[in-house]
Amino acid sequence: MTTPPPQRPVPKPTQRVVVTSPRTRAPRARRPYSGTREINEQSELGAVYMRTLIRAQRRLGLSVCLVACGALGLLPLLFSIEPELGKFRILGLGLPWFLLCVATFPMLLLAGWFYVRQAERSEREFAELVERP
Amino acid sequence: MTSGYAIVAVLVVALGTILVGTYGLRVSRTTSDFYVASRTVSPWWNASAIGGEYLSAASFVGIAGLIFAYGPDMLWFPVGYTAGYLVLLTMVAAPLRRSGAYTLPDFAEARFRSRGVRAVASILALAIGWLYLLPQLEGAGLTLNTVTGAPDWLGALVVTVVVTVNVMSGGMRSITFVQAFQYWLKLTAITVPIVFLIIAWQVHGSESLTKPEFPTFRQDTEVSFHNQTMIHAEQSIFIKGTGEIDGTHIENTGLVLTDGNHRIGQGSEFTFPQGAPVPHVSTMAHNTNAMWALPESSGQQFPLYGAYSLIIATFLGTMGLPHVIVRFYTNPNGTAARRTTLIVLGLLSVFYLMPPMYGALGRIYTPELLMTGQTDAVVLVLPTRMIEGIGGQLLGALVAGGAFAAFLSTSSGLVVSLAGVLSQDVLRLGGVRGFRISTVLAGIVPLAMTFVSTGMPVADMVGLAFAVAASSLCPLLMLGIWSTRITKVGAIAGMLAGGVPALTAGLVTMFTDTGDAWYEVLLSRPAAWTVPLGFTVMYVVSLLTQRHVPPGVQRTMVKLHAPENLGLDGSGPSSSDERS
Repeated sequence: MTTPPPQRPVPKPTQRVVVTSPRTRAPRARRPYSGTREINEQSELGAVYMRTLIRAQRRLGLSVCLVACGALGLLPLLFSIEPELGKFRILGLGLPWFLLCVATFPMLLLAGWFYVRQAERSEREFAELVERP
Repeated sequence: MTSGYAIVAVLVVALGTILVGTYGLRVSRTTSDFYVASRTVSPWWNASAIGGEYLSAASFVGIAGLIFAYGPDMLWFPVGYTAGYLVLLTMVAAPLRRSGAYTLPDFAEARFRSRGVRAVASILALAIGWLYLLPQLEGAGLTLNTVTGAPDWLGALVVTVVVTVNVMSGGMRSITFVQAFQYWLKLTAITVPIVFLIIAWQVHGSESLTKPEFPTFRQDTEVSFHNQTMIHAEQSIFIKGTGEIDGTHIENTGLVLTDGNHRIGQGSEFTFPQGAPVPHVSTMAHNTNAMWALPESSGQQFPLYGAYSLIIATFLGTMGLPHVIVRFYTNPNGTAARRTTLIVLGLLSVFYLMPPMYGALGRIYTPELLMTGQTDAVVLVLPTRMIEGIGGQLLGALVAGGAFAAFLSTSSGLVVSLAGVLSQDVLRLGGVRGFRISTVLAGIVPLAMTFVSTGMPVADMVGLAFAVAASSLCPLLMLGIWSTRITKVGAIAGMLAGGVPALTAGLVTMFTDTGDAWYEVLLSRPAAWTVPLGFTVMYVVSLLTQRHVPPGVQRTMVKLHAPENLGLDGSGPSSSDERS
């Protein structure tokens, strides 16, 4: 909000104040703005817009996937190289049992939640970009 | 463990499923209602429905049985079944919904504008679906046999009839209600008993699950052998009863079972003494409970390859299962599809905490299943074994009802999606009538297959379906969604290069005895080599045939990836229509 605070009717000399309409993102009638039109008309610029979105989403998806699944995927190798790890105990459970029965599921959920948040954010940013007149 | 309560529970589940389905019939009227519930299902309903559909016989009884028999290596099944949804969420959920197609072949055609790609995808979807239905029906047979002593084919028949009638009358709308109801039923049916079982275990003195001894009989146990079985005894045991051992028939007398391997005849009934170490099926690893609890204890050749192959198949196979994919079209938009998948991830995480506990308790309380080989029954037998009297029987009935719900819901989902593929691509019959004819066909084929199949383990076949999906439809989805370079030729070549070897390898393991051959694991767990093969062939062939990139691929990409509310459809200059 860049508008000056509203004047209270205290000062004597009456003043005229220019009030500009604040720019809000409140609902307004959607019309195809230039970004959307670029994409719909298959222009070069439109293709660039789309490529940016797809790349961002692909990178996000792949990195969440690789971090979560990669971490899990290391476990068999780890247990194979160092069998003694299997005898280690946490909370009364053997390490493989603790990791695979208990720890994995919250980790997967967290990764999924993070992905959904980021993906929706990048779609919002894309929407702002293409709807800009 | 024949129990009147269990029969009642199975009947209640079957009737309840039909009733809920009939309710759905009143609200489903148009063709669109039939296929995708008019796309008006909320994320929570949809997620419960996906959960209900996904938790199959393999999840409800199979996982516990495998962990009970083979130890922590098998924990990769529940982990993989869940992680598959993370891969699905991050790589395909939203674009798949935005593609706006009804079935996987629809997606293939929308993306590649080619009847050829569509035909290959249809055949693979049918193959995967039928492969997945077969173990559901066999699992139903096993459950009904365990709780009532009914012949094996009866359970398969009951499931087929209930599912076919239900899908035919209500279509997917009713199935969404049915499936959502089934998830919560299954979660209750597996959680409530395990709470009581753990209390019972504590009351019995919380005996260690990982003692450095072989599992022993807790009391004198009478065991009946339904099939001829090769067992291995760790030490000599004095047994009594009637039956056949190593070709010698004995009638109600005692006998010393020496250590080593023995062949027990079909229909034998022997009583094993309290405290004796339990003999086990000769193909299982000879493990004490302490060894069983360690990784790589399953006695499999090349355990590391096996583990990675299983991981690849389950992580990537989930997205290629036809009944899972069809659910995504019932989301109103891509964002809802993502949220639905996240909820599914949560629902599955809760459910999969339970089966390993059944498996571990089974080592103490139902060790004789290691000897009869019916390890899949551990979930069904534990409640009546651990808790005396009516309490145990009621819990047993709850578990049996839940298991039956598992067969019904997964089979329903599969039949719906297979009927969709059949009516559109094979029979080419439109409308509600075509869907109904296809439903009957989708149900009858696997039922017929159960009569000729050779009774292979439930989990093996499910694993095979995942491997085929991961090697063929997964590359199609992943590369089709994220790369503009994939061509029709590449898509077809990749699906065949991955899918055909995976399918062949699986069928060979199922129908022939490869025994201890070094390549056995390559055939029984094919994913680790067929999945890279499918991806590589699809990408390389596409690069070689760049002139055949489907027309309008950019527009397709806009449709797959742009949020729906922007009025972007990439369909040309005239698209200023904002109503959506």
